[in-house]
Amino acid sequence: MATSFHTALESLRTTRVWKSIFRRGPAITNRTRSLAVIGNLFLHWLPVKVREKSLRVRAAYYLGSLSLLLFITLVVTGVLLMFYYHPATPKAYHDMKDLRFVVSNGVFLRNMHRVGAHLMVLLVFCHMFHVFYRGGYKPPHEFNWVVGVILLLLTLFLSYTGYLLPWDQLAFWAVTVGTNIISAMPVIGNKVRFVALGGHVVGENALLRFYVLHVVILPLLAFLFIAVHFSRVQKDGGLTVGSIDDDGKN
Amino acid sequence: MSDDKANPAQANADAKLEVSRRDFLSEITLGALGVAGLGGAALAYQFFSPNVLSELPTTFRAGNPDLYPENSVTFLQDQQVYIVRTPAGFYAVSAICSHLGCITQWKPEANMIACPCHGSKFQPNGQKIEGPAPRPLPHYAINLTADGELQVDKLQIIKAAQVLKV
Repeated sequence: MATSFHTALESLRTTRVWKSIFRRGPAITNRTRSLAVIGNLFLHWLPVKVREKSLRVRAAYYLGSLSLLLFITLVVTGVLLMFYYHPATPKAYHDMKDLRFVVSNGVFLRNMHRVGAHLMVLLVFCHMFHVFYRGGYKPPHEFNWVVGVILLLLTLFLSYTGYLLPWDQLAFWAVTVGTNIISAMPVIGNKVRFVALGGHVVGENALLRFYVLHVVILPLLAFLFIAVHFSRVQKDGGLTVGSIDDDGKN
Repeated sequence: MSDDKANPAQANADAKLEVSRRDFLSEITLGALGVAGLGGAALAYQFFSPNVLSELPTTFRAGNPDLYPENSVTFLQDQQVYIVRTPAGFYAVSAICSHLGCITQWKPEANMIACPCHGSKFQPNGQKIEGPAPRPLPHYAINLTADGELQVDKLQIIKAAQVLKV
């Protein structure tokens, strides 16, 4: 007997969004059950097959891989910076200065983190433009395009939260201006700004909140979405390949 | 069978109403999870809204009126407020730009308040000279305490025409 929940689920399964995420039908036969496991990153780590085409070398294909490389660089340098950084006012600013002038090789690590972050934003945009102009958002890649847009937003949020951490004039006013843009939202704007900052002004609560978002929450989310993004590319056999290759092979 | 014949509509309705135990349990579980999720969201919102803040008090004393010469604009840096004294009296103007929240600066040589971030300009009474600021700078309530000092309440916005006569 179909209940309202089952009816809702069944009608959800017929939507285009659902079909772009889960390409197989309902897991009711052994074949679809196997496909469900093989196609799921969290149950089946490696792709069943890798198309030769997806391994071919093209310069622009490296834009996504370079973004990943920068992400790894940023995680490593970021963790190292955390050994000397206290997310408290006014210590944060002094720690940043210490990293530049007192800590051995601190200036190298800090600049690697800073320049890497700027480069990552640039490369992620280049990657997006490349995929867009190659038509990589078209079926069957809609879902991965959406995951990519989420990753772009995560990159921007990571960049923005990291911007406050040096606690200098630029950081303070950039976040003051940015969170005032949030408060322009109708009705809930001021409440969202209050929760984001943990107060009415950019202060120690805001610094701590941005720090936790920057070093824990956003990197974990980015890691998760990067994993799904890359596995989808592998399982689809490349960025812009259709379901059938040029040579007619599936 | 005979019942069905006697009242087929009733039998159909009963069949439609019948819900298996499994469906009932899965629906009730989903309902409970939904309620718990909404409650969790409400609790999270409460948790992330601090109840105690170590910010400056919104009402502050600005000292004796004699500290401010006539026709002067004085910037109180800690409170981010201008105390303006004209021949008509006192008023308190916010120093926070109505555009995106930067701190404006009083430029005595140009007789205007200017914002360093995006170039908005205001008259000493807060009126906008040019954008991008969308609104004039607000006036805060200002009054005299019992012992004759100026007191400003930043939570009370008053009309620009109101002036404290001393």
